[in-house]
Amino acid sequence: MVEDRLKGYRNISRDVLSKYKVGIWSDVEIEATNGRFRGLILPRSETADDAHIVIKLITGYNIGIATATITNITEHGRREVQYKIAEQEFPTDPNKPNITLFGTGGTIASRLDYRTGAVIPAFSPGELYGSVPELADACNLRTEKLYGVFSENMGPEQYIKLAEKIGEEIAKGVDGIVIGHGTDTMHHTAAILTFMVQNPPIPIVMVGSQRSSDRPSSDAALNLIKAVKVAAEGDIAEILVCMYGPTSDQYDLLHRGTRVRKMHSSYRSAFRTIGDIPLAMVDLDGIHELRDDYHRRRDDREVSINTAFEEKVTMVYYYPNMKPDIIDAIVEKGYRGIVIAGTGLGHINKPIYEAVKRATDKGVHVYMTVQTLWGYVQMYVYETGREIMELGVVPAANMLPEVAYMKLCWTLGQTDDRDEVRRIMLTPISDEITDREPYNGYLIFQGAIPEVQEFLRTIKR
Amino acid sequence: MPPDVTAELSLLYGAYALMMKPFKSYEDMTAEDYTAIGLKCGLEVHQQLLTTRKLFCRCPAGRYGSDYDAEILRHMRPTLSELGEYDGTALMEKKTRKNIHYRLHRDTVCTYDIDDTPPFFPDPYAIDIALELSLQLGLGIVSEIHIARKQYLDGSIPAGFQRTAIIGVTGSIPYLDRRIGITQLSIEEDSCREVSDIGHDRIYLTDRLGMPLIEVVTDPDMRTPQELAEVCQVIRWLCRSTGKVRTGYGAARQDVNVSVEGGTRIEIKGVPQITRIPLLVYNEAMRQCALLHIRDTLKQRGITKDTLNCTTHDVTRAVYRTPYGPIRTAVDLGHRVKCVTLHGFAELLNYTTQEHTIFAKEFSDRVRVIACLTELPNMVHSDTASEQLSVRDWKGIRKRTQAGDNDALILVWGDEADTTTACQEIIIRATEATIGVPNDTRQAHKDGTTGFERVLPGAERMYPDTDLPPITIDADRLEGIRSQLSTPPWDRQDRYRTLNVPKESIAPLSASPRANLFETLIDELKIDPVFAAVVLMQRFKCFSRDGLHPEQLTDQQIQSVFAALAQNKLTRRGVVRAFRWHLLATRHNQDGAIDIADVAADLAEKLYSQDELNFMITQTLEQSRTIEFPDSGAHHRFVIGIVMREVGSVVESATVLRLIEDAMRSHQPQDNQEEVA
Repeated sequence: MVEDRLKGYRNISRDVLSKYKVGIWSDVEIEATNGRFRGLILPRSETADDAHIVIKLITGYNIGIATATITNITEHGRREVQYKIAEQEFPTDPNKPNITLFGTGGTIASRLDYRTGAVIPAFSPGELYGSVPELADACNLRTEKLYGVFSENMGPEQYIKLAEKIGEEIAKGVDGIVIGHGTDTMHHTAAILTFMVQNPPIPIVMVGSQRSSDRPSSDAALNLIKAVKVAAEGDIAEILVCMYGPTSDQYDLLHRGTRVRKMHSSYRSAFRTIGDIPLAMVDLDGIHELRDDYHRRRDDREVSINTAFEEKVTMVYYYPNMKPDIIDAIVEKGYRGIVIAGTGLGHINKPIYEAVKRATDKGVHVYMTVQTLWGYVQMYVYETGREIMELGVVPAANMLPEVAYMKLCWTLGQTDDRDEVRRIMLTPISDEITDREPYNGYLIFQGAIPEVQEFLRTIKR
Repeated sequence: MPPDVTAELSLLYGAYALMMKPFKSYEDMTAEDYTAIGLKCGLEVHQQLLTTRKLFCRCPAGRYGSDYDAEILRHMRPTLSELGEYDGTALMEKKTRKNIHYRLHRDTVCTYDIDDTPPFFPDPYAIDIALELSLQLGLGIVSEIHIARKQYLDGSIPAGFQRTAIIGVTGSIPYLDRRIGITQLSIEEDSCREVSDIGHDRIYLTDRLGMPLIEVVTDPDMRTPQELAEVCQVIRWLCRSTGKVRTGYGAARQDVNVSVEGGTRIEIKGVPQITRIPLLVYNEAMRQCALLHIRDTLKQRGITKDTLNCTTHDVTRAVYRTPYGPIRTAVDLGHRVKCVTLHGFAELLNYTTQEHTIFAKEFSDRVRVIACLTELPNMVHSDTASEQLSVRDWKGIRKRTQAGDNDALILVWGDEADTTTACQEIIIRATEATIGVPNDTRQAHKDGTTGFERVLPGAERMYPDTDLPPITIDADRLEGIRSQLSTPPWDRQDRYRTLNVPKESIAPLSASPRANLFETLIDELKIDPVFAAVVLMQRFKCFSRDGLHPEQLTDQQIQSVFAALAQNKLTRRGVVRAFRWHLLATRHNQDGAIDIADVAADLAEKLYSQDELNFMITQTLEQSRTIEFPDSGAHHRFVIGIVMREVGSVVESATVLRLIEDAMRSHQPQDNQEEVA
C-alpha cells in the first residue's frame, strides 16, 4: 500500500513524503521557506525530477514545491480521486448496422496517466458513448482493444494480427470496421492493410486525431463520428483513411489507403491524398463522393487475407554526398530489398552506382521512388536515369516511398523471384500506381498570393 | 429602489401577496447596510504584461487591429477533467451549438494560436514579471510551475482552453488599517476579442489572443463596493509601478466576485474601468437579495425544488393571428411558439431584481445565451401588461395550456430545436429560483446592471497541460528578482505624505516608473520633494497634453537637469524650461540628436553678475518710461516680466524681485515719493 501512495516519487521526494507520513491523495498543508501551500498531493510523472512534490490547489491548479524548501507537512485528511469516464450503456438497435471498432492506441476519448503525464484512451463502448453519444445514431458498436501502442511502435506483428482480425470480423458478418490508430504511421498501416486485406466486402476505415481528445477543440470526436458513418453507411469497400479535411471544422476527407500521407506534424488537416484526388468528403449530412472508381460494398463475406511480410527491407532517402558504403552496409546486413527515395525524376549520384550494382548482383531488389512525393519516376529523360536502370534498379512509377516500402515487404514475404517480385510490385492492387495523374491531384497553395488570400478570407460553404 | 406595486399585487394575488423588502438606492446605501446584508466581495485583476512576444508562441505582442486575412470555423466539445468530471459551463456551451468563427491576421497569429501547433516554452521575461509582482504581493512562490489548461467552451480561445499557471499563493497587501488577503497570482494567455454573437454564430478577432497577462485574485475581504474599487486601484498601481505592464483601454480588466448572506459567489466578468465597479456590486447585491426573497416567497406558496411544476406547450396555433410583431414574424417564418407554464409563479416575474430590471430578465438572458434566441425581445410573459399580446391572445394561451390565475406563462419563439432548448432552460432557471441564487458568471452592462453570461465554472475545468513539462524556478532566479525589487507603492505613499508631496500626485507617483528616480532626486541631489513631484507628475502631464513626449526622457537625462538645479546652475524655472525646450526640439528633430545636457548647459551658461543684472534692470526701466501704465504696480510687473524672461532660468525670481524693487525705488520720480512712503 505504501508503494502505491508514493507513486512517481523517487529518492529525495519519496523520503520527504515518508518522513511526514503523507502520500498521494493526502490533503496537506506544506510549510516551505517560500510560503505555505494547501492542497492535495498528486502522483508525480515518472520522467520528472525527484526534487519536487506536486499538489493540486482547491482552485484546480497544480503546483510543484521543491523538497529542499519544505520545513513541515501536516496532513488534514485524504481524498482519493478516481478518474472515470462517464460510462453509459451503448444502445443497440436491430435496424442499425453493426460496426466493430478496433483500438490500436490512438486516442478518441482519454484520461490522464499520472505516471507519465500522458493520456490514456477511453475505449469501451460505454466510455465512448459517454463521450461521443452521436455514435449511437449511426450504428451498434462493438469495440476490441488489440494493442495500446503509439503508432510509431506499430510493426509487422501488429499488421498481421490486425489483418487476421479484420478477416474474422468480416466472416462474422459485421457491416463495417473502424480502426482507431495513432496518426504518425497511419498511412503506413493503411498501405500494408491494403495489400494484406484484398477485396473486402465492407468499408474498413482508419481514423485518429491530430489534437488530443482531452481538449475541447479536438478533432477526435469529429473524425470518429464521420469514420463510423462511413463504415456504417458508406458504399466504399476498401481500406480507407478518414481524417479532418480543411482548416475549419467542416468535413473529413476519405483517402485511399495507398495514396494518403501525413503532411504536417501537428495540423488537423495533415492527411492528404498525394498525386490524386480524395475519394469523398464526409460531413454530418452524409458522404459526398468525389469519384466513382471504387470497390462497392457487397453482401458476400469473401475477402482474401495475405499476411506475408519480409522484415529485411529498408528505405534509403538519397542525399547529395551519399557514400557507397551505406548501400554496402545494408547488403552486408542481409537486407533483401531497398526502396530508394531519389531526387527529381528518380536519381542518385554516380559514386554509389557501383554499390547499387553490387547489391542487385547479390539478388537485392532495389526500387526507385521520388522524394518529391508528387509525380512519377521517369528514368529515361536523362542519361543518368538510364544508367541507374542498367544497374538493376526498378522504377516504381508514382508509388509513394512508404507505400513502395510496405509493398516490397509484403512482396518479398511471398517470393524472391526477380521477375515475380517485379510483376507484383508493378501491378497495382489499389491505385498505389496510377495510370494518370489528374491535373488537380497536385495543388500546394502558396500563401500571400492574392487569389489564395482571397480564398482563405472566408469560410467556404 | 423599492418597487411600488405591493398594494396592487396584494389585490391581484390575495394571500400570495409579495412582501416586498425595500432596497435602498445606491446613493443611500451605507457601510452598515452592506454589513446587514452580509456583502462580501473580491477581485480578479487581469493585467497584460509588457513583453515583445506572446506567451506561448513567438508572435509579436501588442499589435491590434480589426483587419483580417483569413477566417476559420470551429466547434467545441466538453471534455473530462483530470478528475473525471464534466464542467457545468462546458455542458452549457455544448447546448448552445455555436459555430465559432475566428478572424486571423497574418502578422499577429500563427498556427499555435489556432491550436494547430503545440505550444512553445513560455516567455521567460513574462514569468520574471509575474515573479516580481508575486514577491511584491508577499505570495508564497511555487518552485515548479505546472501549466494547466482552463477550459473555455465559449470559443474565446480556439484550443477550447486557456494555458495558465500559478506563480504564487497566499499573500496580502495593506489597505487602510487592515490587510487584504491575496489568494493567488497566475500567469495566462489572453483570449480573443468578441466581434459579434448572433444566433448560432459567434465571431472573434484573434489579435489579442495569446498575449501574456497575470491574474491577481484577492480573498473576499472587501465589505463595500467602494472598498472594492479602492483595493482594485491599489493592485493596479502596484502593477504599473513595475513599469513592465501594458496600459491603455483593455490592458487591465477585472472580474468582480460578489455574494450576500445566503447568496452565492457571483462573478462579474471583464469590467474595464474601476469607476464602474461600485454600481455593479450594488446591483448584484440587490439582485441576490431579491432572488432570495423570491425563493422565500415561492416557499411560502409551497413551491420548492421538489414540488415545482412546469409544463411546456406548443401554442403556435393559439397565437396564430396575433398582431404582436415579433411573434407575427416568427409565425410567418413557420417557426414555433412555445409556452412554459410556471405553476404558482404569478406576479413574480415582475419583481425588481436590479435597477430598471425585473426577474423576467433572468429567463430572457438564459434563452438568449443558451438557446441562441438572440434577437430581442426573445420572450413575453403573462405578468406584463397586455400591450404585447392582447387579453384575447392570453386567454387562448391559458386555455391551451390549462394554466390558472396563479401561474405565470413565458412564451418563446424560434425554430424547433432552439425553442426546445429555450423551454428546457426556462424550467432549469425556475428550478434554480426555488433554491436561491444560481451559480452564474455575469457580464457587466454599461448601466451598472449585469446579465447572464454563463454557468460559473468550477475546479473541474482545470486540466494539466500534457504538452509542456513543469518549469523549475530556481533559487538564483528568484533571489535575483528579489534583490531588484523596488519599494511597493503603499510604502512609498506613506513616505510621500510625510514629504508633503501634493495629494493628487501621491498615488500616481508611487506607481510611476519614475518613482525610483524621484527617490534619487530627493536623496542624492537633495531636490525639494514637492518640486520634484510636481515636475515629474504634473509638469510632465502638461507636456503630454501639449503633444510632447516626456515619457521618452530617460531617467539619466532627467537627473542631469535636476543636477544643474542642485549646483545652482539653473533655477526651478530653468529646469522646467530645459525640459520643454528639449522636448520641443526633439519633436521637430525626430532623430533625437539634441542632447538635453546641451540644452541645460546653454541655459546655464548665461550666468549673470550682479552688475549685469542691475544694468539690465536699469535699461528696462529706462526703456519702459515712455509707456503709460495705469499704476506703478503694473509698471513693476511689466519690468519683472521682461527681466525674468531673459534670466529666469538661471537667477532665482526672489533675487530678481529684490533688485527690481531696489532699482525702482531709486528711480522713483519725486512727485510719487509720498505714495511709496
